[in-house]
Amino acid sequence: MALFSQDEPTGMVERRGAGLWLTHVLMICGVLVVFFPIWLAFVASTVTQADIVSPPLPLIPGGHFWDNYSRALFSGVNVPVGTMLVNSLIMAIGIAVGKIVISLLSAFAIVYFRFPGRNLFFWLIFLTLMLPVEVRIVPTYEVVASFGMLNSYSGLIFPLIASATATFLFRQFYLTVPDELAEAARVDGASPMRFFWDIILPMSRTNIAALFVILFIYGWNQYLWPLLVTTDPEMNTIVMGIKQMFPSGDDLADWPVIMATSILAMVPPIFVVVSMQKLFIRGLVDSEK
Amino acid sequence: MEKRVTFKGWKLPLLLILPQVFVSAVFFFYPAVQAIWQSMFIPDPFGLSTRFVGLGNFEYLFSNSHYRASFVTTAVFSLLVTLCSMVPALFLAVLADRLVKGAGTYRTLLIWPYAIAPAVAGVLWLFMFNTRIGIVSWYLGKLGYDWNHVLNGAEAMGLVVVASSWGRISYNFLFFFAALQAVPKSVIEAAAIDGARFWRRFFTIVLPLISPTTFFLLVVNVVYAFFETFGVIHTITGGGPQQSTTILVYKVFSDGFVGQDLGSSAAQSVILLVVVGALTVVQFKFLEKRVHY
Repeated sequence: MALFSQDEPTGMVERRGAGLWLTHVLMICGVLVVFFPIWLAFVASTVTQADIVSPPLPLIPGGHFWDNYSRALFSGVNVPVGTMLVNSLIMAIGIAVGKIVISLLSAFAIVYFRFPGRNLFFWLIFLTLMLPVEVRIVPTYEVVASFGMLNSYSGLIFPLIASATATFLFRQFYLTVPDELAEAARVDGASPMRFFWDIILPMSRTNIAALFVILFIYGWNQYLWPLLVTTDPEMNTIVMGIKQMFPSGDDLADWPVIMATSILAMVPPIFVVVSMQKLFIRGLVDSEK
Repeated sequence: MEKRVTFKGWKLPLLLILPQVFVSAVFFFYPAVQAIWQSMFIPDPFGLSTRFVGLGNFEYLFSNSHYRASFVTTAVFSLLVTLCSMVPALFLAVLADRLVKGAGTYRTLLIWPYAIAPAVAGVLWLFMFNTRIGIVSWYLGKLGYDWNHVLNGAEAMGLVVVASSWGRISYNFLFFFAALQAVPKSVIEAAAIDGARFWRRFFTIVLPLISPTTFFLLVVNVVYAFFETFGVIHTITGGGPQQSTTILVYKVFSDGFVGQDLGSSAAQSVILLVVVGALTVVQFKFLEKRVHY
């Protein structure tokens, strides 16, 4: 009766024997194909320019890892990559924290209060859903420029906070919080903010962490906006700075340093995604629903 | 849905909502209104004053063959990106779903590219296909094929499509894998008892059951191809050769910031706004339906 037992791990439709091996082989091929570009970039970041300009590139790493990476980190092409990494980190964390803080508060107001204009604000905020900065790029640039926020962290961060995805997520979550909790808090004479700090905030911990992962990646991987707002190389973020390392015209690019920079640009987001995989997948599925 | 239990007062909630309203107003609504306003003006040749032209910018755009070509390019590009990112993802998800052990390991490895920025993905693929030093173009050369995406528009399009789809495979894989895991095993086993082979089961049972996920991914991937692939195109082709990879978002950028044609760029922004709005409506319609599943 194995067919009907719930705890039987292998049902009758899973493959065994040759079919199972074939599945593994195909899966490994898939993973290898997906990984190939990353591997090649890593190899290129460990060899010399001479190795690269005489193709084909070998498929095993060379011995110039420290040489290339220290050259990238401490001197770079226009600006040391270390500086760009710091800028990216500030931007990504600023966007993630900023968006989470303003969304926690506004969702709390929208869910737990009845106040004049609530519906209007609600819809105004929700209009910002899904309209990416790319669409309103020129006027947003003018606003930021008129505030003197070009080449500043606030210019990098604030325009990318103006969207309601996180608010939407927190609202959905607050609606699932049992009414009894708010009732008990009110009976005990707790102020709304006390209820927020002691009950809502601790309950939202997992959602906050999941959202942080998603928003960190979003912020780190921004390209067009930093490209426009940071004309000063000292303010470049690493993702947009790589393109600036290519020489204009026909000169040969410094590929080992560029590829080392590409690897450095991938390491933080990959680390965040892989180490917080469960939270990340949860956040991804929740925030898109 | 509404809360039954709420707190009293109106000053506190307004204070709480203020930061978001302020940021949205300054960096979202004002620029969006500005875009609509600017789209009805053209600057004089010296940039000192502007002249009202009503819908003139729009008329000009739609009669402009470059802009219409950009529409076609965007359609082709997003269709290809959606296909090239969803089909391999579904294939890998079906494989992973057949495994009892090890699926988690493959998943951990397959999510890596998701974390990689489109612009960085662009640099990686550019490196592989570089006409002078790229390893793939070198092997293609050995096989007798002369790869040159700098001059050949179709090859340039192919390259930006592959580079844009690559990271997206991870994303689609995660959603397909979750959907496949949620398909009740009993239904599949019943079909197996009735003698349905794997592919028949896949097309008649599994595919219809995961169709909500498929449709959701379709919309999300089109949105991705429209707006988030700017980095790939800017790093690999810069919109060329002969504008063969200039998608609409790229054109807003190149007309507005490189060409300094603010009226036209603003009008293009407004058109994109409408496109995004339509896609959002489609998505929400779908989401509403999904609730009843």
